[in-house]
Amino acid sequence: MRLVKCWFCSSTIYPGHGIQFVRNDAKIFRFCRSKCHKNFKMKRNPRKVKWTKAFRAAHGKDMTQDKTFEFEKKRNRPERYDRNVTENTLMAIKKIDKIRSERSAKHIEKRLKTNKPKIHIEATKELKNDITLIKAPQALLQDPKKKIKVDVSKSKSVQNEAMEE
Amino acid sequence: MVQYNFKRITVVPNGKAFIDIILSRTQRQTPTVVHKGYKINRLRSFYMRKVKYTQTNFHEKLSAIIDEFPRLDQIHPFYGDLLHVLYNKDHYKLALGQVNTARNLISKIAKDYVKLLKYGDSLYRCKCLKVAALGRMCTVVKRITPSLAYLEQIRQHMARLPSIDPNTRTVLICGYPNVGKSSFMNKITRADVDVQPYAFTTKSLFVGHTDYKYLRYQVIDTPGILDRPFEDRNIIEMCSITALAHLRAAVLFFLDISGSCGYTIAQQAALFHSIKSLFMNKPLVIVCNKTDLMPMENISEEDRNLVEEMKAEAMKTAMGASEEAVLLKMSTLTDEGVMSVKNAACERLLDQRVEAKMKSKKINDHLNRFHVALPKPRDNIERLPCIPQVVLEARAKEAAEMEKRKTEKDLEEENGGAGVYSASLRKHYILKHEEWKDDIIPEILDGHNVADFIDPDILVRLEELEREEEQRQAEAEEEDIEMDGEELTEEQKEQLAAIRKKKAVLIQEHRLKKTVAQNRSTVPRKFDKERKYTTKRMGRELSAMGMDPSSAVNRARSKSRGRKRDRSEDGGNDAMDVDDDQQTNKKQRVRSKSRSMSISRSQSRPPAHEAVPGDGFKDSTQKKAAITISHKSHKKRDKNARRGEADRVIPTLRPKHLFSGKRGKGKTDRR
Repeated sequence: MRLVKCWFCSSTIYPGHGIQFVRNDAKIFRFCRSKCHKNFKMKRNPRKVKWTKAFRAAHGKDMTQDKTFEFEKKRNRPERYDRNVTENTLMAIKKIDKIRSERSAKHIEKRLKTNKPKIHIEATKELKNDITLIKAPQALLQDPKKKIKVDVSKSKSVQNEAMEE
Repeated sequence: MVQYNFKRITVVPNGKAFIDIILSRTQRQTPTVVHKGYKINRLRSFYMRKVKYTQTNFHEKLSAIIDEFPRLDQIHPFYGDLLHVLYNKDHYKLALGQVNTARNLISKIAKDYVKLLKYGDSLYRCKCLKVAALGRMCTVVKRITPSLAYLEQIRQHMARLPSIDPNTRTVLICGYPNVGKSSFMNKITRADVDVQPYAFTTKSLFVGHTDYKYLRYQVIDTPGILDRPFEDRNIIEMCSITALAHLRAAVLFFLDISGSCGYTIAQQAALFHSIKSLFMNKPLVIVCNKTDLMPMENISEEDRNLVEEMKAEAMKTAMGASEEAVLLKMSTLTDEGVMSVKNAACERLLDQRVEAKMKSKKINDHLNRFHVALPKPRDNIERLPCIPQVVLEARAKEAAEMEKRKTEKDLEEENGGAGVYSASLRKHYILKHEEWKDDIIPEILDGHNVADFIDPDILVRLEELEREEEQRQAEAEEEDIEMDGEELTEEQKEQLAAIRKKKAVLIQEHRLKKTVAQNRSTVPRKFDKERKYTTKRMGRELSAMGMDPSSAVNRARSKSRGRKRDRSEDGGNDAMDVDDDQQTNKKQRVRSKSRSMSISRSQSRPPAHEAVPGDGFKDSTQKKAAITISHKSHKKRDKNARRGEADRVIPTLRPKHLFSGKRGKGKTDRR
């Protein structure tokens, strides 16, 4: 008895579930439920359907490359039963599972976190380059602390007087 | 070559059915339409035909019956006797005789009536004659109904008789009831004869076939015979007697040593002596059955003597055969000796037949048929087959193994049979430790296939992985601690915000300018009612940027054209000259005061509904209308779910895009 993966959504198919479709070129497509089967019949590409594992892997949402995945590999030659090896394997499976789930959680966390250093660098760059929008270059050369006070109304009265003439 | 197969006899119909068949056939196959206006010859011939036709049919069918049923004197005496035993020769002959008589009678009737019909003078009379003829024929047949029924029963029974070929090699099994004849039959042939504990289980002869030395032998199982005078025997026993009497076969006389059939050896011996006349010229083998219940050594002295007597008798008929082949012991239950009995009987029969053939006149014909070829020896060297010693040893070992090997089938039978015992398939597993054979091998754990993970050094790899994980975790912690890096100061943040705001404003203005430039005409600066392009503003912005605006402001003022003023000699240069201001200082001061008081008023906006030249309106009425429209469009939607003026308004009742144009495909009879 083997657990297999659904071709469309990559979830595990337990015995007694799902449908298997064999194409004329002898390729077998296994589906976990009619949702996946119907999507397949509609010729949808699982890499473009948001809720599938294929999409998530292709778009970097989930962790794909990791050492923990290398423990699970389908072997074509059956191994002779050895009680000790089997016991160790059972223990190991649990631990590997734990590590793998932790790592994938971290991956997602990292993906969602804001990137503070990057933002900081961008801000400083902007400040440096675009300061001219709010401060004249001449002013920047002088002491920036010094504020220049200009009496605008006075100059205006001068103008009016000139106009009165 | 007469076929001793009575299955081909046609069905004898019931009397009534017989009549129906014939009459309906007459009705169908002869013309039916006749009128009294026809010529008399025609009428006569019409009815004569019917009578003749009926007679012919009866004759045919009855002849068929008579011919197909075998005549007892013309078939092999074995069958003749068998049929006599079963059905009584006389009764049988009588029945057939009656059928024959009926046939003759019918012919006579037909002849008479045809003669009468020749002289019939009207349709009615002819018809009556025909009716009478047919009626009499049918009565004749009705009278032989019981004979027909009897013949039909015989026919059915005969069809089920076993097809025994009296001329071929046959082995006959006889003896008291319940001695084990049918069990033996089941063992050596494929016949499935009923074996039951009560006597006379086998009620008729059964045939089976067996092979010996590439030849097929018929084996005939007979019903048991009791020791009685000949006249008292019943039909069933007579069957076996008949078979014994007429068939040239090897006879196996069965003796039950143990007495479990219910008859003692003495009784069985008595039977033997009474029918030993039937064993003339037949290879006889005395078979002691049921040795598993009572081995030969344990029987009493008298019984032993009786058996010896029988053996002596049998020896008389034996032609050159050894003592061993006359008296044999076996047990059908344990299967020991069964094959040897069969072989002995077949061998003896074969020998006898071959001898008979050799003595007959036709031997030369037979001899001509075969020729045994023997290669002429080249020289005197003897060439034996060469088998290597190893092979011989292996063969011996294998033979020894086969003998003492206990098969799985034996094991199954020991432990209760097929339904009860289920073989342990794990017995022969090759594992490091024997106790692992009963382990349940896990296949699935937590959604994984255990077989995918199995690896002898999985622990080592797991250890590596865990170390790696620890390292990673440590690194992650360090990174967290280091995370608090530089941050911007408050002032820098403010500046950044201001920059971004300015940028956004610039973008927005540009977008507005873009759209305005395409759709609307730009208002020239002289109609700048919003006072966007004032020197005051310029000065403010420059100072905000940190520069001294005074020089720029002055320059702007000197260049601008001022308001209308009193013409003076220096009309043009008035504004330019700053020095002239000094002259009328007092005036200016007064003027400036009054000016300042009325600045607001003079620089006040004109009333909202008055059309100013830079607005874009023709006159004030147009402007008023525009203002009201804009107010309406700004009205907030009444969200209390009460219909207001903003709800359900169709802005354009007949938009052009819906009411014009042709369809790309289809008719345009509705819009």
